[in-house]
Amino acid sequence: MPGPDGTAARKIRYPDARTGYAFLAPWLIGLVTFTIGPILASAYLSLTDYNLLEPARFIGLENYVDMWGDRRLWASLRVTVTYVVVSVPLQLAVALAIALLLDRGMRGLAFYRSVFYLPSLLGGSVAVAILWRQVFGTDGLVNWVLALVGIDGPGWISNPSTALSTIIVLHIWTFGSPMVIFLAGLRQIPAVYYEAAQVDGASPARRFVSITLPLLSPIIFFNLVLQVIFAFQTFTQAFIVSGGTGGPSDSTLFFTLYLYREGFGNLNMGYASAMAWFLLTIICAFTAFNFWLSRFWVFYDD
Amino acid sequence: MTTDTTGPATAAPPAVRHVVARPPTFRRRLRSVLKHAGLLALSLLMIYPLIWLVVASLRPDDEIFRDLSIVLTDPTGENYASGWEAHRHSFTRYFLNSAVLSIGAILGNLISCSLAAYAFARLRFPLRTLWFATMLATIMLPVHVVIVPQYVIFAQLGWINTFLPLVVPKFLATDAFFVFLMVQFIRGIPRELDEAARLDGAGHLRIFGQIILPLMVPALATTTIFTFIWTWSDFFGPLIYLTSQENWTVSLALRAFLDATSESNFGGMFAMSVLSLLPLFLAFLLGQRYLVRGFATTGIK
Repeated sequence: MPGPDGTAARKIRYPDARTGYAFLAPWLIGLVTFTIGPILASAYLSLTDYNLLEPARFIGLENYVDMWGDRRLWASLRVTVTYVVVSVPLQLAVALAIALLLDRGMRGLAFYRSVFYLPSLLGGSVAVAILWRQVFGTDGLVNWVLALVGIDGPGWISNPSTALSTIIVLHIWTFGSPMVIFLAGLRQIPAVYYEAAQVDGASPARRFVSITLPLLSPIIFFNLVLQVIFAFQTFTQAFIVSGGTGGPSDSTLFFTLYLYREGFGNLNMGYASAMAWFLLTIICAFTAFNFWLSRFWVFYDD
Repeated sequence: MTTDTTGPATAAPPAVRHVVARPPTFRRRLRSVLKHAGLLALSLLMIYPLIWLVVASLRPDDEIFRDLSIVLTDPTGENYASGWEAHRHSFTRYFLNSAVLSIGAILGNLISCSLAAYAFARLRFPLRTLWFATMLATIMLPVHVVIVPQYVIFAQLGWINTFLPLVVPKFLATDAFFVFLMVQFIRGIPRELDEAARLDGAGHLRIFGQIILPLMVPALATTTIFTFIWTWSDFFGPLIYLTSQENWTVSLALRAFLDATSESNFGGMFAMSVLSLLPLFLAFLLGQRYLVRGFATTGIK
């Protein structure tokens, strides 16, 4: 029991204990109700057979054992990992390249920045996904352009070997948001570094490798980590482009799409919960790997 | 990531080429021309599909796929008329639903996130560091881990097929991203202002309402625009919770074009797609300044 002295000490260390929790209350209630509670419930549900209508029946690790033998699940994991591993680095590379091109004070910077940024705001919408079905359709824009140079393009969306690429291209198309962050980061690099390098006769390539890349690396890393996490959760684009099926031949059956179909299509809520935990494990593994890898290429100035 | 961009234009150091002054040679000018040509070509490539969508929505239905150029000879509004009435309810309903949801989400985020952000940025209370770390972790938590139990909760409350599951959580600051954004912003506001008010006898509620809130309008604007864009484009949430057609959002109504009667009404689908993008485009035009700043202060999309 804290005596008068203890209370006074607490008062000095935490002068706003009550007010603090009052301000924090909505967030705390939300955290418990919609995050921590559901996380615990989800862990339990993943050990049950549950279809919403009847009470959950405890079945131990059966869902996880079933997942091990579920070939569609592994196929969907492969689709998702392919998507993440290909689209995220490509998008960031394009964003960085364009940000470097749009260097300080160039004419038309505001115009280019707006034009490149706009798609990243629209990219998550159903309308753009619908447009994408058309752009890469058999009679779509891409094949129209290819026909101009005499190439007879396939139906990109209806072909299992190209359907995923169209969604990857859609992700790259939204490079504007990381580009804007990189532009802001580039502005933070003191010009004196470049001046000194120029005096020493360093080539532009050398200046990029020795100045720009190291000083920008924390920002690149931060974006890489977050984009990987978000890319694993891609849903709308896969859903709309494939018409909700994940087809053709499950080639766009993203993990989240399969989870949705199991949970909310077939009402296998227990199985869907187990899948969600598996997804979280995979995302954590990728994030941990990213952090481990960062020791070799991310440079911290301070 | 705390990339401070206050006054980017003034803070930007002079570019290298101004320091090492050289007369513009022919080669340099050529390089500049080539660069602009390349960037303009890329701009066109990026925007072409969007322009085509607008043009196609104004073409007669049978011409849409015959002509993929963006030259419009005789525009017609018939797709807009047919698309507007394509489903059981007219799009008036779906746009209203999306608008109500967006306004609710914006209000919720503005109120709840700013309160939490003030606590994190300015108040000292037990376990603050732990809560702050928890808040950061929830930004990265995939929604799928919690979606099934959340659904069960809302089902038991009888909230399925209402807007409540999509709005109520916003009033409890579940979009932690905005809490973080506002914390970063409040930290940039000089503490002397708070302390002056304190000496005048103001409590935290007054400091928050009369000093911090007015000063954090840019962060509130960023929050408003992002919340609007994300809620307006959201598909997963409405797909799960809004089951009957009268509650559909624009996203769900657009998707219905894909499974309705073998995609016959392409014109209507494109016309409604254009209309659904219009509010996002307006938000982009009006709020570009705040969007860019929001990106830069947090480093997140």
